Amino acid sequence: MANKNQNKTPEQKAYDQFEKKHEMKRPVLKNCIRAFWVGGCFCLVGQALTYFYIYMFNFTEKTAGNPTTATMVFLSMLLTGFGIYDHIGQYAGAGSAVPVTGFGNSVVSAAIEHRTEGYVLGVGGNIFKLAGTVIVFGVFSAFVVVLIRTVVMMWGGS
Amino acid sequence: MLAMFFWAFVVGGLICVIGQLLFDVAKLSPGHTMSVLVTAGAILSGLGLYEPLVNFAGAGATIPITSFGNSLATGAMQEVQRHGIVGVLTGMFEVTSSGISAAIIFGFIGSLLFKPRG
Amino acid sequence: MPAKSQTWTFTNRPAILSTGVVGGPFEKKGRIAGDFDRFFEDLWIGEDSYEKAQRKLIEEAVSIALKKRNLKETDIQFFLAGDLINQITPTSFAARTNAIPYVGLFSACATSMESLALAAFIINHGGAEKVLAGASSHNTTTEKQFRYPTEYGGQKPPTAQWTVTGAGFAVVGTEENGPAPRITSATIGKVLDLGISDPFNMGGAMAPAAVDTIEQHLRETGRDPSYYDLIVTGDLAKIGRSIALDLFKQKNLDIRSEQFQDCGLMVYDKSQPVQAGASGAGCSAIVLYGHLLNEMKKGRYQKILLVATGALLSPLSYQQGETIPCIAHACAIEYL
Repeated sequence: MANKNQNKTPEQKAYDQFEKKHEMKRPVLKNCIRAFWVGGCFCLVGQALTYFYIYMFNFTEKTAGNPTTATMVFLSMLLTGFGIYDHIGQYAGAGSAVPVTGFGNSVVSAAIEHRTEGYVLGVGGNIFKLAGTVIVFGVFSAFVVVLIRTVVMMWGGS
Repeated sequence: MLAMFFWAFVVGGLICVIGQLLFDVAKLSPGHTMSVLVTAGAILSGLGLYEPLVNFAGAGATIPITSFGNSLATGAMQEVQRHGIVGVLTGMFEVTSSGISAAIIFGFIGSLLFKPRG
Repeated sequence: MPAKSQTWTFTNRPAILSTGVVGGPFEKKGRIAGDFDRFFEDLWIGEDSYEKAQRKLIEEAVSIALKKRNLKETDIQFFLAGDLINQITPTSFAARTNAIPYVGLFSACATSMESLALAAFIINHGGAEKVLAGASSHNTTTEKQFRYPTEYGGQKPPTAQWTVTGAGFAVVGTEENGPAPRITSATIGKVLDLGISDPFNMGGAMAPAAVDTIEQHLRETGRDPSYYDLIVTGDLAKIGRSIALDLFKQKNLDIRSEQFQDCGLMVYDKSQPVQAGASGAGCSAIVLYGHLLNEMKKGRYQKILLVATGALLSPLSYQQGETIPCIAHACAIEYL
């Protein structure tokens, strides 16, 4: 995804400019509005679930996050399995990809898709095809952040 | 309570808008965008800024994928306080395990129950 | 005497004797549904994987083409075909079924004309009496391989194209008396890469290759663009077509907008959510062997130049930061 402009020939650069004039521009504002309200709705559902778990099952504000996340992933399994999530995704873009339901969708859709290759190599081997990068970068960036913070605190005194 | 719903909607929506701008303006793929957001969550957590956002916006901060970075960093920081530097490794998945476990379990169940529909 | 150009002229008039065109449920709702021989009700076609379903599409299209002429597989000397899937397995597995000596081909979505050009060459030079040529694609096998799992909620930009689920095959042979659609010449394209790297913008990447092949073809046959009633590209769709028209102006090629069509814009209805248009190896095959040949038989067109376009990337090449090299192969078909 790096900028390849440095390696392009003059002819390629000229074509790049020429081609861009013909490309339909992405409807950025429309996409952002859709992402905003759909993403906001997913968070509303999450908030309702959080309160539900706090008041009905005596979770605390700190611990209610766990069943809430699990429930949202369960919901995304249903929406993905019934073929609805891909339509939501085309409409809402990041509004469906950014909430944790998007993470669930990336895992469930990969699992469903690769069943034809068997459960062990197909499902097991491909389930994190899309979500793996989030986990890898999440863990690694958390590692670096906490390491830096710990070192800074040890040297600077808390 | 109502105020929390309102801010959950607004803050969650805004984080999604940031994601959409990464899609449409920066032309990043979904994989790249989610990685950027989760890293941002971890960094904000390390700076002590994510916790106040959670207190303010509730699900608006815990539902977007940024919260995953926050959970990983928070878990690691908690363990470091208890057990020193090794906590960076041992504490990572403490807080966040429900999300990943749920994804694996429901992903597998999904593959048992559903067929893709195109 | 060996030719020194990239264009062949076929003096022995190889003809398209019969065709088989099949499609999926989405194509059934499209604009040229009446020109298909058969539709399947779902993408699985009774199989347990999409890849096996694509093989079934090929087998059915071949079977229909043979039946229309009361031919059996043993009457065909060669099977020239390809698709978009890794190692062209759906086509190879269909070749296992029909047991015709097999030449597997790949030039992405230009495979249909690659196969027709080679088939015409073989027939013209007496290498065979009858050859089967064609190509196929399947929406979900292609999405799974090149993009994302089908149920993934990814958002396709407006420049993206929809891969056709369909197969188009033709029996090419020597035909005693006319009139029939005949391949009179073919131009094999060169690979061109103008630095486009966005896999969601195939049309923009392929347009220069199409224009180059058309330019070479006209120059080497000595024909004026007005020789053809229709110059049709395979799957440039909205963006690629508009770029091509501009490039024609730059190169002083007098090709009018009404004369210049694209298969990718013919398959689906405006109401269908296909962004910039259709694409896929099957796209040009189903449009030519179904709709366009029917129009020729009705007398609407007499001479068509079909220029199938292909983007020669893979998911790996894209991840490794490569740009998209493209190719276009052309066949001139005249009703004589």
